[in-house]
Amino acid sequence: MGDQRYEIRIAGSGGQGVILAAVIVGEALALYEEGLNVVQTQAYGPEARGGASKAEVVVSRSRIDYPKVTSPNLQVILTQKACDKYVHDALPGSVVIVDDFFVTEPPKVDAKVYSLPIVRTAREEVGREIVTNMVALGAVARVLESWELAKPESIRKAILDRVPKGTEELNLKAFELGYGLMKEKL
Amino acid sequence: MPSPEVLGWLRQRFFPHIWCPGCGHGIIMHALLRALVDLEKKKEKTVIASGIGCSSRMPGYIDACTMHTTHGRSLAFATGVKLANPELTVIDVMGDGDCTAIGGNHFIHACRRNIDITAVIMNNNIYGMTGGQASPTTPVGAYATTAPYGVLDVPFDICKLAVGAGASYVARATIAHPLLVEKYIKTAISKKGFAVVEVMTHCHTQFGRKNKRPRPIDNINFFKDNSIMYNKAATMPPEQLEGKIVIGEFANVELPEYVEQYLNLIERVGGNS
Amino acid sequence: MPEIRFWQGNTAVAMGAIAAGCRFFGGYPITPSSEIAEIMAVELPKVGGKFIQMEDEIGSIAAVIGASIAGYKAMTATSGPGFSLKQENIGFAYMTEVPIVVVNVMRGGPSTGLPTKVSQQDVMQARWGTHGDHETIALAPASVQECYELTIDAFNLSERFRQPVILLSDEVVGHMREKVVIPEGESIPIVNRKKPKVKPEDYIPYKPDPEDDIPPMASFGDGYRWHVTGLTHNEWGFPTNDPDVTESKIWRLVRKVDRFKGEIVKCDTYETQDADMIVVAYGSVSRTALSAVREARSKGLKVGFFRPITLWPFPVDELKVLLDGVKAVLVPELNCGQMVLEVQRAVEGRAKVFGKGLVNGDLFRPSEIFEFIKEVA
Repeated sequence: MGDQRYEIRIAGSGGQGVILAAVIVGEALALYEEGLNVVQTQAYGPEARGGASKAEVVVSRSRIDYPKVTSPNLQVILTQKACDKYVHDALPGSVVIVDDFFVTEPPKVDAKVYSLPIVRTAREEVGREIVTNMVALGAVARVLESWELAKPESIRKAILDRVPKGTEELNLKAFELGYGLMKEKL
Repeated sequence: MPSPEVLGWLRQRFFPHIWCPGCGHGIIMHALLRALVDLEKKKEKTVIASGIGCSSRMPGYIDACTMHTTHGRSLAFATGVKLANPELTVIDVMGDGDCTAIGGNHFIHACRRNIDITAVIMNNNIYGMTGGQASPTTPVGAYATTAPYGVLDVPFDICKLAVGAGASYVARATIAHPLLVEKYIKTAISKKGFAVVEVMTHCHTQFGRKNKRPRPIDNINFFKDNSIMYNKAATMPPEQLEGKIVIGEFANVELPEYVEQYLNLIERVGGNS
Repeated sequence: MPEIRFWQGNTAVAMGAIAAGCRFFGGYPITPSSEIAEIMAVELPKVGGKFIQMEDEIGSIAAVIGASIAGYKAMTATSGPGFSLKQENIGFAYMTEVPIVVVNVMRGGPSTGLPTKVSQQDVMQARWGTHGDHETIALAPASVQECYELTIDAFNLSERFRQPVILLSDEVVGHMREKVVIPEGESIPIVNRKKPKVKPEDYIPYKPDPEDDIPPMASFGDGYRWHVTGLTHNEWGFPTNDPDVTESKIWRLVRKVDRFKGEIVKCDTYETQDADMIVVAYGSVSRTALSAVREARSKGLKVGFFRPITLWPFPVDELKVLLDGVKAVLVPELNCGQMVLEVQRAVEGRAKVFGKGLVNGDLFRPSEIFEFIKEVA
C-alpha cells in the first residue's frame, strides 16, 4: 500500500451501530495488522436514536496528521438521509456501498456504487436487525482484503473483543454474510 | 468559663473573633467543642468545614483540621474529604443562607447520599455578614435590607427538608437550650450517616434591630417563650404552632451510609489487593 | 514490553490520570467529556480509588479539592458550561494552593453552544476564567498519545507547584481513537507534593521554602492541624487584610510558576530553520496545520510550524528564537481570535501576525489552512 492514505466512512442513523462498526475497523487495523497508523473519529448529533451519524477511519503507513476524512476511498451508507448528507465527497473512482432497502435513490457520484441487501440480510437471514452493522463490517472486510490493507481475520478478532458474551455466533454469522455479499461483487 | 479541655480546642492566637458581642454563634461553638471533648475526638483527626458567612468563620477559631471554603459549597468539599479519608470525623458548620440558599443543592444531596458528616446549621434567619439581607429562613413579613416591606416568600423548614431528603439524624434546638444543643451535636457526630443539627440563633445586629428584638436577651427570651418540644408539638393543631419553634429530634434512623457502601464496592471489585 | 491500545482521547486521559496516581475523581455528566467520568467510575475502585458523581459541576470540583486536601491526587473533567461553573472553586484552589487537575474538553460556545462539536473558544477562559490574579498552567493535547502523557504531566505539575493544572482538550481529540503506547509503570515519572518535614507543632502551613516559593503541604488526617481559607491569608493560613502580607502572598502565587517557566513550557516545531512564514496551531487544529504545512513545503513554500503544548504559560521565548527571517506568523484557531493575541505579544512586531478563526463546529480542513498560507504568502 505504500504511504497511501485510505479513508473509510460508515454512515447511517443513530442506533444502527455505525460508530461501533468504525471502532471495530479501527481496532482491527491498529491492533491486528502490522505497522499501520489509524485514526477513528465520528460525528453525531444530540439524538441517541435517529438523525444522521457517521463514523470514519483513516489509515496509513505514514503518520496521520489531519484526523478526519475529506474524500473517502470507501463508504458504507445505511440510510437515505445519511446518503444525502455525506456521500457527495466520495473520492473519484472510490467504492460506495449503499443499503438497498433504506437508500432508495442511488447516489450520483463518480464512484463504483454497490447496492447490497445489508439491512435485509440482518433482518431476514440472521433474524435480528440489530446486527446490521456486522453485515456492513463483512462488506468492509472484503473491500479492505481486496486492497491488501487488512485480513478479514483481523476484523473477526476485533469483533470478538467488542461484542457482548453470548452474542459472538450471531455477530460472526452476520459478518460472514456481509463478507459474502461483497465477495460476489468484488 | 470554658473548661481547660475546651480551651485546648481553641486557636487563641487567632482571637479576637469577628462575632458581635452577644452573638449566639459562640454558644454553639462552645456546645460543639464540649461535644468533641466528651466524645474524646482527636484534633488531628477532626475536620471542621464551613462556607461563607459569620458562622462560617468558626473553623478558623478551632484548633483542628479546618477549611473555610466557598459560599454554599462546604458540604461538597467535606464530601471529598470524608470519601478520601473515612477515618476522619467531619463536621460542617453553616449558616442558613449558606446551607439552604446557595448551598441548598449540596445540602439535599448530602442528605440523600447519607454520607457520614455532621451538619450544624446556625439559623439566625438573615444574612448577617453582608448586612441583613433576607435568607430562605427569614419569616414571612419580617424585615430585611432586601425585604424593606417585609418578606413575601415562605421560609424553608430546614429539619423537614432534611428529613424529606433522607438524612439519618435530624434535630433542632435553640441557643437558649445550650445543653440540648450539645446533646444533639454529640448524637449527630456519633451517628453513622448524614446528621443535621439546626440551632436557632439570632443576629440582633441585623435581624433584631429591624424586627423588634434588638438586644441579645430579647432573642434568648423569644426562644425560651416560643420553643415547643417535638412530641408535644405533634399533639397540637397547626394554628397553635404558628410562629413557634419546634425543637427536638425529627429523625433518628439507621440507613446505609455512603462511604461504607463505597468501601464495600472497592472490596467487591478487588480494589484492595 | 510497552502495551499498545486503541483508545479514545478521553479514555487516555482517564488512564493517564490513574497512571499518574490519581485516586479520586468527582464528576458531573457533560458532553463531550462524560467518557472520562464513566471510565473513572469503572477503573478507580479497582485500584482502591474513589469516584463520586456529584450533584452539580460546582460540587464535583469542590469534592476534588476536599479530597486533595485529604492527601489524594484528584481530578475532575468537564466541558464549556461546566468549566464556567467551576471557575470560582478553581480560584479557591489557586488561593489555598491545593493541587488538582481540571480537564476541559472544549466544545462550541458561548453558553450551551454546540455540545457535540469542537471549538477552541475556552483558551482565554483557561487563562483568566476565575477572578483574581494567578499564573495558569494549561496543556493542550493534539493526539490520543498526548492525552495520556499530558494528563500525567498535568498531575506532576500540579503536585509540584501546588495549584490547579488545566488539561485543555477538545472534542476532536477527546473523541478520536488512536494507538497509544503505554509505557511501563516504572518508566513513568511521578511527582508528589512536598510534605512538611517539621513536627506538627512547628508546622506553618503557608511558609514557603525559599528555593521554590512553595510551602510543603500536609494532608488532613496525617497528624498536622491547619486552616484552609479562600480569604487572603498569612503564613499561618489565617485571614488577614494586612497590605504587606497580602502583597507578598499574591505575588508569590504568580512567582512560584513564573520563575520556573523554562521548565514548564513545552512546544513542538517542524521545518522552521529556513522558514519565512510560521503557522502557529495547537490542539486538534495543529494536526490540520501540519498537514497544510507539509503540502505547502511540497509546493516549495518556505513554511514552518510551531505548536505550543503548554498554552499557558505560552512558549514566548521558544517562538521568538524562530523569528529571524520570518515575515509572517499565521494563527488558525477554532475561535474568533484568542491565541493570536498572545502570539502578537510574543512576536512584538517582528513579523506580521495573521489570525484565521473558524467557529462552525468543524475542524479546519487542510485545504482551508493551505489556502490561508497561500493568501498570506
